[in-house]
Amino acid sequence: MTERSTSSSGGTAQAAPPDGAHPPGPPEPRPSRTAPRITLRQRLSRLDTKVSPYLYVLPFFVIFAAIGLYPMLYSGYLSFFSWPRFGAEHGDAVGWDNYIHVLQDPVFHKAFWNTIGIFLLSSVPQVIIATLVAALLTTNLRWKVGWRMSVLVPFVVAPAAVALIFGSLFADKSGLINEILSMVGLPEVQWHSNRLASWTAIATMVNWRWTGYNTLILLAAMQAIPRSLYEAAAIDGAGTIRQFFSITLPSIRPTLMFVIITSTIGGLQIFTEPRLFDTNLQHQGGSNYEYQTLAMYIFNTANSATDPYPRAAAASWLLVGLIICFALINFLLTRAVQRRSAT
Amino acid sequence: MSTRRTALRDRPRALVYALLAAFLFGSVFPLYWSFVIGSVTSQRAIQTPPPLIPGGHFFDNAARVLDRIDFWSALANSIFVSSVAAISTVVFATLAGYAFAKFRFRGNNALMVFVILTMTIPPQLALIPLLKEFSNLGLTGTRTAVILPWMVTAFGVFFMRQYLKDAIPDELIEAARVDGCSMIRIFWTVAVPAARPAMAILGLFTFMQAWTDFMWPLLVLQGSDVQTLQTALDQLKIAPGQGLSDMALLQAGTLMATVPLLLLFIATGRQLVSGIMQGAVKG
Repeated sequence: MTERSTSSSGGTAQAAPPDGAHPPGPPEPRPSRTAPRITLRQRLSRLDTKVSPYLYVLPFFVIFAAIGLYPMLYSGYLSFFSWPRFGAEHGDAVGWDNYIHVLQDPVFHKAFWNTIGIFLLSSVPQVIIATLVAALLTTNLRWKVGWRMSVLVPFVVAPAAVALIFGSLFADKSGLINEILSMVGLPEVQWHSNRLASWTAIATMVNWRWTGYNTLILLAAMQAIPRSLYEAAAIDGAGTIRQFFSITLPSIRPTLMFVIITSTIGGLQIFTEPRLFDTNLQHQGGSNYEYQTLAMYIFNTANSATDPYPRAAAASWLLVGLIICFALINFLLTRAVQRRSAT
Repeated sequence: MSTRRTALRDRPRALVYALLAAFLFGSVFPLYWSFVIGSVTSQRAIQTPPPLIPGGHFFDNAARVLDRIDFWSALANSIFVSSVAAISTVVFATLAGYAFAKFRFRGNNALMVFVILTMTIPPQLALIPLLKEFSNLGLTGTRTAVILPWMVTAFGVFFMRQYLKDAIPDELIEAARVDGCSMIRIFWTVAVPAARPAMAILGLFTFMQAWTDFMWPLLVLQGSDVQTLQTALDQLKIAPGQGLSDMALLQAGTLMATVPLLLLFIATGRQLVSGIMQGAVKG
């Protein structure tokens, strides 16, 4: 920690700042005890020092309270009420009914497993490939900057565009993937009606957009590993592969965990890709909810006729619970792995 | 250049280039495919074998896109929304990040922990009440409603704090205090110049995040004339007629919506790469 208090020097300032340079602040409630006779300017300067940091962080907290904290708490409150049809305010308290309704909804069950399936298919390959590509990028390459920029190209394509592009690649009829499959004599895949196939298609979109981004994060971690470690290992006769497993991987473990946890939080909230992959206009994620995700479920519930907002709020809290569970599992797994390698 | 010939680190072989080239191909091919389909006729797009070289109908398809959705107003809305979001986030995050990085005030640690905790809250939680509030306030269907959640981000505050901790020497602030500078003047003359590189990166990131956001604008803009590029793509897809099956039309529109960010990437790709890598090391 290099944070040091700079405020103590404030009171000894010889001259007050120019007029108008003060941020407006509430008056100081208690008079200063340390200096009995100080000028007004000194007092103002001291006030400035004390109050300014609060003023600087204030906008964040005000905005967060308005668009984050209050809505969040309100959604918890709302999830225990009914909602009159076309109403502007909530109706009677209904206890846990909204949660029970959501938990007993077969569509919610499907959305739950779809979300987990898509999440697993998107996060696991993504982390593995990103680690390998990052290792390739640490080699002494020509056009270093060019290669790094090239892996980031998919990241600048918005998820909505990604979904439409891959929707064309994975089209059931005359999509490129199916054309290639039938060209090499394999059966065509029904990407929109086969549940696992639809998960794969959607996971491919997520992987395509995010692998390069995670590659750069892991590359940064790999570059921070001291070169001397590799040199010592090389002298001991460790080959490239051996070095990768016994030096690179253990050294980047914290970053790896960061990548895994952020992709968990993002992966469980997936919405855009499945929504735009849909080929029917009800936006239910396939004709039989094959790839409706929890985020889509929340969205659709908010637009439904019966108790839209309370049920959507209840579903949101259930999604958050799921995210917390996964984050905890990640955390505990990491701890276990670290303990085992420490002993 | 090292002359040591011990590890792959020092002497990349053809295999490394081949693997990276394969990855590059995978990264770029979908965009190429989008251009191929977007530049052939609707009939050709669904014929077998699939087209693999661009045709000459891109502008025909683009014209049909312009017929079907209000592309230019969606583009203007996206630029406006993302720019305001970027500027607002940079201003507020720099102020807060500077205070957290350089001053010890009562409760500063607890408040910073709170900021970090808010980063873990999934935005969906706030979505429904925000939608309800905004519709009560008559804000749904406006650009303001799209911007408000992007006014400042916890990540931005955290990012600026991490950067400014090392970027500004404490002595400099103290010297300015001794010279009688007011706090806000120190912020302008000491902190902002030092923060400029991080501000640029944060602005770029926020711009891209706001630009590519889909769920929130879709929710608050549904049924209104105001659209962003992303929600316009949704409309293009479900537009009456043969939107769903007209791949040439869809891909032309997708490409048109993607080009602005690709241009931004060409101009700022280096900064983006170093920003991600810096954020990784510091975060």
